[in-house]
Amino acid sequence: MNTILFLIILFLSFWVFILPKSYKYYYTLVLLAGGLALSTIWSFRVFDGSDEQLIVRLDFQTFHSSIVFTIDRLSAFFILVVNLTVLTGFLYARGYLATYEKSKNALQFSIHYLAYMWLYFSMIMVVMIRDGVSFLIMWEIMALASFLLVIFDAQERSIMKTGISYLIQMHVGLFFILIAFLLVGKATGQMSFDAMGEYFSAHSNLLVFMLFFIGFGIKAGFIPLHTWLPQAHPAAPSHVSGVMSGVMIKMGIYGLLRILISVQNNLFEIGIIILTISIISGILGVMMAIMQHDLKRLLAYHSIENIGIIGIGIGLGVIGMALQNPVLSLLGFSGGILHVLNHSLFKSLLFYNAGSVYHTSHTRNIEQLGGLMKKMPYTAIFFLIGSLAICGLPPFNGFISEYLIFLGMFKSLGTANLYQSIIVTGSLVGLALIGGLAVFCFTKAFGIVFLGTPRSEEAARVSEVSKNMLFPQYIIVFFILLIGMASAYFVRPIFSLVSQTFGIGEIQAFRGAFIGDLTKINLLGGIFVLLIVLLLLYRHFHLKRRVVERGPTWGCGYTAATSKHQYTATSYADNYAKLAKPLLRNRETYSGIGNEEVFPGKKKFKTQSFDYFKEYLIDRPVHLLLEGLKKIAFMQTGQIQHYILYLFLYMLILFLLSYLNLI
Amino acid sequence: MAGVLLIVAAAIVFPGIILRTKSILSGRKGPGILQPVKDIRVLLLKGSVFSETSGLIFQAAPVITLASFACAMLVIPFARMEALVSFDGDFIFFIYLLAFGKFFAIIAALDTGSSFEGMGANREALYSMLVEPALFILLATFAMFTGFTSFSDIFSNFYISGSHYALIYSMIGFYLLAQVAMIENSRLPVDDPKTHLELTMIHEVMILDNSGFDKALIHIGLYLRFAVFGALLFNVLVPAEWNTPLQIALFFIIQVVFAVMIGLLESFRARNKMGKNPKFILTLSAIALIAFMVVLILTEKLIT
Repeated sequence: MNTILFLIILFLSFWVFILPKSYKYYYTLVLLAGGLALSTIWSFRVFDGSDEQLIVRLDFQTFHSSIVFTIDRLSAFFILVVNLTVLTGFLYARGYLATYEKSKNALQFSIHYLAYMWLYFSMIMVVMIRDGVSFLIMWEIMALASFLLVIFDAQERSIMKTGISYLIQMHVGLFFILIAFLLVGKATGQMSFDAMGEYFSAHSNLLVFMLFFIGFGIKAGFIPLHTWLPQAHPAAPSHVSGVMSGVMIKMGIYGLLRILISVQNNLFEIGIIILTISIISGILGVMMAIMQHDLKRLLAYHSIENIGIIGIGIGLGVIGMALQNPVLSLLGFSGGILHVLNHSLFKSLLFYNAGSVYHTSHTRNIEQLGGLMKKMPYTAIFFLIGSLAICGLPPFNGFISEYLIFLGMFKSLGTANLYQSIIVTGSLVGLALIGGLAVFCFTKAFGIVFLGTPRSEEAARVSEVSKNMLFPQYIIVFFILLIGMASAYFVRPIFSLVSQTFGIGEIQAFRGAFIGDLTKINLLGGIFVLLIVLLLLYRHFHLKRRVVERGPTWGCGYTAATSKHQYTATSYADNYAKLAKPLLRNRETYSGIGNEEVFPGKKKFKTQSFDYFKEYLIDRPVHLLLEGLKKIAFMQTGQIQHYILYLFLYMLILFLLSYLNLI
Repeated sequence: MAGVLLIVAAAIVFPGIILRTKSILSGRKGPGILQPVKDIRVLLLKGSVFSETSGLIFQAAPVITLASFACAMLVIPFARMEALVSFDGDFIFFIYLLAFGKFFAIIAALDTGSSFEGMGANREALYSMLVEPALFILLATFAMFTGFTSFSDIFSNFYISGSHYALIYSMIGFYLLAQVAMIENSRLPVDDPKTHLELTMIHEVMILDNSGFDKALIHIGLYLRFAVFGALLFNVLVPAEWNTPLQIALFFIIQVVFAVMIGLLESFRARNKMGKNPKFILTLSAIALIAFMVVLILTEKLIT
């Protein structure tokens, strides 16, 4: 029954083309709701423990084939995460797309909605399908659908270019996964995730794992495979960026976890590889984020940072498996997996807010904004909550997952040997630095965008966005607070997910004690909030009995201060930029005031952030390739005789080669 | 509970002792020990002036910052007595809660739209970020040395190994914590609370626009933070097995010595050049790495 329903929904999605423009949104919403309801039911059936895994078969009689959905707890978890963000994203889209009502025609909207639906369907099918070929097809549909979503604003040339670049990089990733599957298929005769265990037990683990890691890593955005991320996210409409950054890049994490289930030896090396790359991603991601002036690009770099945090958790989990340290394994994996959920919440929230800012001010440049909190109080407070959560500050949800990872590290220190101590302490410092840098970054982002006075005309004219756009944000904030304040209800199922999926031995005593600790954290968080509320109330009554005046900001005696005198994003990050310059190679161009200039003329100052990896991994090689291709362009004469000659020569070469037994 | 009460008691006299030391050393008659408390009373009686630019964040930040210190206080143990709330990894909570308060202090400074206060804000953000590695390495060595992962357990087992070399280690810990306390509390040599020029300030420049009730809260928060770090110093230095009256006496002696040390330092030392601060702070991480090596040796991981 369920399966037929699911097929009908898939089939109906194409009908969005024939509907009138005003119905398309609601039609899509209904279909999405159907898919959400179905998959949520499936997931809960797995999670409540009645079934270990749920198998749903879709039979295609005409093709004599069938697609099998296998839902275990890992899949179920990812389905739930995807469902929540896809729902909030689509609710947000209603207000966000309203401005495009006139400039886009019905066909463009249909394509957008269809792509959104299929991005959703492909994501949940990716986590449910075990068969290699079907998995790759879904993986490909996911890339295509997201490509169509990214290029929604394609009348701008740069966006189309970004979209193409995104599509190419996704296919490079696909290529690696395909090769890995082919290797497994050749050895075991079965291209499927189920055959992985068989393959890994008989063959060397490292090579195939690395192929998968690169393939999935491109989707997830580990440095140095991240180059598509900072470009595609700013180009896409905000609800799409929210969904892509919130959940689509997590499909890479899902793939990684799915492979790790089967990996059997070389665990320690694999753990070290994941851990090292993750720490680099985390630190460099946030370091580059601080240098950005485009609000959405800043958030995109933060996605890289958070993928790094997730990876640190997973890496520690693998190392824990290698060392047979169940506590480290449990805490590492759980921290990473919980962070998947947490990041999907606060990152989508932040992207929606960035979208709202863009929606009303028509700029994403932080330097042009300022003082938005007075005009857009709800957006500002939501952005603040998202910022606090992403910095991992208690009592919000980000703290819980980072706390799990931290605790795993601290717990393992007591029994670790020399090398393990060094590794763990190193990652501890890495994670601590990431936290500190994130605070730096988000005080900048929030402070410059929402506080102070407007830095441009556009920023002064903004107004609060519609309730339609705020409503989904309430849902997200509700979950952020729920995970932060009632953590045990979320951590307990994740513990059982991890111990079931990765076969971690029984450590019931530890788990029980740990849940008790979580309750204490929540209690302290509650005390903290209560204290704030009480103090604010007291302050309110205290100030009522005193003289309260308003005056200009203290200007050190100078009374004609303008909004240009405020600290800007560049000046805020200046002391940091000086420190980080050797690593980030950010560029400054400034022609200083010369000695002879008594009356200095106009001066220009320009700073530019620089992505090392994009330059040397993408831009330079592409440039070289183009140069090379230009040299053989003389062959393109445009005369059909020449092309027939080429064809003839080609066949001749083939003939010769086969004659000489070379092919 | 005892820990919280002692911290509050220490916070009342601590800033006064620093002031007294400085005034005696500079040959002034100077205010009494309780002057800072009296100042707070005066501030509480006063009205407030708010900047027209500032909004909600500016109004709420002092309260939130104070609440974060007050809440962080609850996980600090006193000798053998457990902290009010103690759990595995409570020091992570402690550090992150302090960061929460700092986050609000920083954005409150940006809320005024002032050309000066952003200066303090970004310095505060940068320096507190640079301190974190040192603090985490130190905590990692605590966890590695004792095998426990909460403040209460770590400190009650600090000297349990009986090895006399633990003393070296506790001295390094004391030094690091004292330095971190100086930076976190915006004292010399990184920041000078008595500087007179906005361009050279860090913490003071962030609160230029605060007045009355809010300013009183900020001062209370600073004093509490000092005492919290003082309590940590005490816990590192004094074995938990000693009897309680002696512990309490030692607690106050350490607090007084710490305050006098700060007074001495501030009387005879100049502040760092602003550009040198990052290097100074990162040196702490290097020292923390030395502590890490010491523990590797003590736990017989490096040299067996």
